[in-house]
Amino acid sequence: MKCNKEIVELMHQYLDGAITETDEQRLRSHLQSCEACQTHFQELKRTVALVTANIELKPSKDFTSNVMAQLPKEKKRMSAKRWMKLHPMLTAAAIFFILMFSGTFSAWNQDQHQLSYPKGQNLIVENDTVIVPKDVVIEDDLEIKNANVKVEGKVLGDVVLINGKHLSASAGKIAGEIKEVDQIFNWMWYKLKDLTESVFSLD
Amino acid sequence: MIEEKLKQNIKSVKKGDQSAFEDIVAFYQNKVFAICYRMIGNKQEAEDISQEAFIRAYLNIQSFDENRKFSTWLFRIATNLTIDRIRKKKPDFYLDAEIKGTDGLDLYAQLPAEQALPEEEVESLEMQSYIQNEIMQLPAKYRSIIALRFLDELSLKEISEILEMPVGTVKTRIHRGREALRKRLRHV
Repeated sequence: MKCNKEIVELMHQYLDGAITETDEQRLRSHLQSCEACQTHFQELKRTVALVTANIELKPSKDFTSNVMAQLPKEKKRMSAKRWMKLHPMLTAAAIFFILMFSGTFSAWNQDQHQLSYPKGQNLIVENDTVIVPKDVVIEDDLEIKNANVKVEGKVLGDVVLINGKHLSASAGKIAGEIKEVDQIFNWMWYKLKDLTESVFSLD
Repeated sequence: MIEEKLKQNIKSVKKGDQSAFEDIVAFYQNKVFAICYRMIGNKQEAEDISQEAFIRAYLNIQSFDENRKFSTWLFRIATNLTIDRIRKKKPDFYLDAEIKGTDGLDLYAQLPAEQALPEEEVESLEMQSYIQNEIMQLPAKYRSIIALRFLDELSLKEISEILEMPVGTVKTRIHRGREALRKRLRHV
């Protein structure tokens, strides 16, 4: 026996999730009384279940990487941009170091051959030697570039010699340390240490 | 949450960030593959077409309107590619054959199920290929509807947008396709 198409149509509306309440009532009451339609309805529901359960339908594992490999090459600029976005701290650090090193490097180049010493401390310069006279007391650190130093008086701080030597002939007193720096990296190291000391010193 | 992330990714891809496309592929690959497979019935081909669909989507991402649903857009690319492939493969004599009769069921009603399944329980993989085999007996235009409908997440309206046909047509085809499959799978 074949029930009318209307009931079958109602079944499909039900399965589409688009059935009105009155129609659903009609479908239910009909199904209770008609075995053939009941079977039909069960079969439809089973079909839906069978086809919907497509868990096994998966592409190969390297599907995504295959797709990515086939895309046209993106612009270099973009990948650099993305890298920076992903590593903001590293980027900031890199920029900082580039600026700092280029700054110190050019400073190094600039005063490569220039004799420099603190002015106004009554220091005497003879040829390439800076002399701290007997009666002079330097209370601070003494930084001298491109010259030797001879201490006859007193230095209460450290003596830093860049591209120069401390002449051992000097008889004066140096309360602090004597540091001789004559390589660019040493110099930079010294600058860095100096910087960190000034940043982290609590006094 | 995932939707938001995908939207963000699509924006990044539009700006030229290729790597943002990776998550999109990973997220949609199963669905796109399932659609293609249901329509073409061959895993290797389905995989080829799915890959091409993603590549096309990437190349045409600028034409995607962000106010619309990305899945609808992507699935349309996939179904169109698959339909093209089916057309090229061989003249599918079912493809243009209109089913005679008002309810369109007569043709299938006459066909008995070809194979009966063994009585013992079938492995789900075997079962899947059996089901797919039955789906492949349907005309391509029904297969595309069934592929989309049984992803079980698209509304009739979305399917009508993907296939660019009226909702009414989608509805009738789903009903007919379901009836046809019922006849084929009733003995399973």
